[in-house]
Amino acid sequence: MDFQLSDDQRALRDGFRDLLAGRFGREALREAVDRGSLDRGLWKELGDAGLFGLCLPEADGGVGLGLPEAVLVFEEAGRALLPGPLVATHLAAGVVKGADTGESVVTAVDGEVVEWLAESDHVRGDASAAREIRSVDPLTPLHRVAHAQEMPDAAVLLTAALQLGSAGRTTEMAVQYAKTREQFGQPIGAFQAVKHLCAQMLVRTELARAAVYAAAVTGEGLEAAGAKLLADDAAVRNARDCLQVYGGMGFTWEADVHLHLKRAWVRAGRGPTAAQVEDRFAAALRGPL
Amino acid sequence: MDLTYTEEEEDFRLRLRAWLARTLPTLPPKPDPLDWPARRTYDLGWQRRLYDAGYGEVHWGSTPTQHLIYLEETEKAGAPYVGANFVGLLHAGPTIAAEGTAAQRERWLPPVVRGEEAWCQGFSEPDAGSDLASLRTKAVRDGDHYVVTGSKIWTSHAEVADWCELLVRTDPTAPKHRGITWLAMPMDTPGITVRPLRTLAGSAEFAEMFLDEVRIPVANRVGEENDGWRVTMVTLSYERGTAFVGEVVQCRRTLGQLADAARENGRWDDDALRRRLGRLSAEFGALWRLTQWNVSEAQRSGGVPGIGGSVFKLRYSHARQELYETAAEVLGPDSLDLDREWTADRLSSLSYTIAAGTSQIQQNIVAERILGLPKGR
Repeated sequence: MDFQLSDDQRALRDGFRDLLAGRFGREALREAVDRGSLDRGLWKELGDAGLFGLCLPEADGGVGLGLPEAVLVFEEAGRALLPGPLVATHLAAGVVKGADTGESVVTAVDGEVVEWLAESDHVRGDASAAREIRSVDPLTPLHRVAHAQEMPDAAVLLTAALQLGSAGRTTEMAVQYAKTREQFGQPIGAFQAVKHLCAQMLVRTELARAAVYAAAVTGEGLEAAGAKLLADDAAVRNARDCLQVYGGMGFTWEADVHLHLKRAWVRAGRGPTAAQVEDRFAAALRGPL
Repeated sequence: MDLTYTEEEEDFRLRLRAWLARTLPTLPPKPDPLDWPARRTYDLGWQRRLYDAGYGEVHWGSTPTQHLIYLEETEKAGAPYVGANFVGLLHAGPTIAAEGTAAQRERWLPPVVRGEEAWCQGFSEPDAGSDLASLRTKAVRDGDHYVVTGSKIWTSHAEVADWCELLVRTDPTAPKHRGITWLAMPMDTPGITVRPLRTLAGSAEFAEMFLDEVRIPVANRVGEENDGWRVTMVTLSYERGTAFVGEVVQCRRTLGQLADAARENGRWDDDALRRRLGRLSAEFGALWRLTQWNVSEAQRSGGVPGIGGSVFKLRYSHARQELYETAAEVLGPDSLDLDREWTADRLSSLSYTIAAGTSQIQQNIVAERILGLPKGR
């Protein structure tokens, strides 16, 4: 047992972090918010970098890596608040033409809301009765469908990985702000009340991380659902705590905190509900181990 | 990232499992939990069985992964808790193994491993609990002895211990972290008075200890004079790192039993209660994965558990309390019956957010040492 990242996995993660920092930094994020539509050029670049073809066998033109590697890369996408139906397009690689290379945008009906329906080239699932709603997240257009369809385990896990990335990022943002923002003659991070908010953010992130990574390694559906339960919790509550640490600034449109919180809400609202996951775990509970 | 175990590790697991299955039915009945002399005899006897079977040094003589397997299997099998051997095997033992001289290891480790001597922990003081480094029990050098005067508190099972891992102040003029020394004190030395403290759970498992010019040989010092804080940090990293592994397994087992109990008494149909059990199950599953993560990290860094232990302890101690609060809901009025299972555990779980560094102190550690936030003035 060596439940730590391998050197190759670290290199993959760091490579994607650098790529996204260069190609989708803060200015690009804010431009995307103002524009509200998907950047097809960026989508293609992500395809070229292997984001969508990561798990497709090399013989089929993919990168031939596994779910653990996909989780690490999606965590980075979550950190960067990368927009678009990333999970659905990734899972369509090898099934829908052009998905792996980023030439196609693919969305899926796998919850009560569907993301990026109007801008996608392919839709997996039945979206016939979909009606557009005014999305809470300025970077995720949403449609409401009448009948929810089940989200595949891999999609549940990759969505959890996006949440994990966001939870880690908002922790960093809160810590960074708490170190520099001064009140009462000292950085607010020196106050225990602020310190303890930040510490709890890290605890939530690390617990979710262990769950997400382990689910990627085992590939078990129940474990993936549990990972999303904890990652949803970490992403939503960390974004809220980050907003609190930012104070009044956190309530402005200019700060990025609200973008993390709104995206976290959207992701938490897709796939199995918390109550459904809790019921699945309860049903699996039986006597001594 | 690899969660599979090597062939050697699986062999170790299977041999241990088979041995436990043979041995556990032959154990004498468990003593009254309030009777510490009887518990000492029982716990040391269990340690002797482990030693005879070749598992005596498993807490510090094996790899972190083997240690994890050992704690997982013994807990799954319902083997006796480490009990009166806790400090010897999980605190003092690993500390002496890591920091002691060859002569000290030879003197102190074999009796712990063979179940002949029990240890207690003399760290906390009435005015230095969470602020451990402000301890005031003083030790004055007199030839080849230290003469120690002061008092300790929260000393678990002091009245049945043979030795005490004692922190004393050897340089009152040095900055508070620098003037501390780690000593092994024989509990039969003249000048020691032990007064048991009764806990809210009704048991007397810890004590106050008064030290009046207690003479301790200089040879009993582990590490250098005034270097005791560093030695102590080694001890505490064990306490927060691997000491709770078996308990996570125990909590997961308890959840399964609670589910059975709820199915039997009809409370399973309460959606909110059933889902709380489900969420706790997901959470303890993740805590187990976090344990594996921390153990793997320790294995890579050469055996000493890292600061990730604080992250684990913060969530675990609260999850454990939530577990027993939920147990009380499952039990309903039976939760008020001290003879019912889980009632005593509910009471003892109240100490988890206080002992071994309160949650508030742990949050400061995480914020300052991992996240790099400034210390307050």
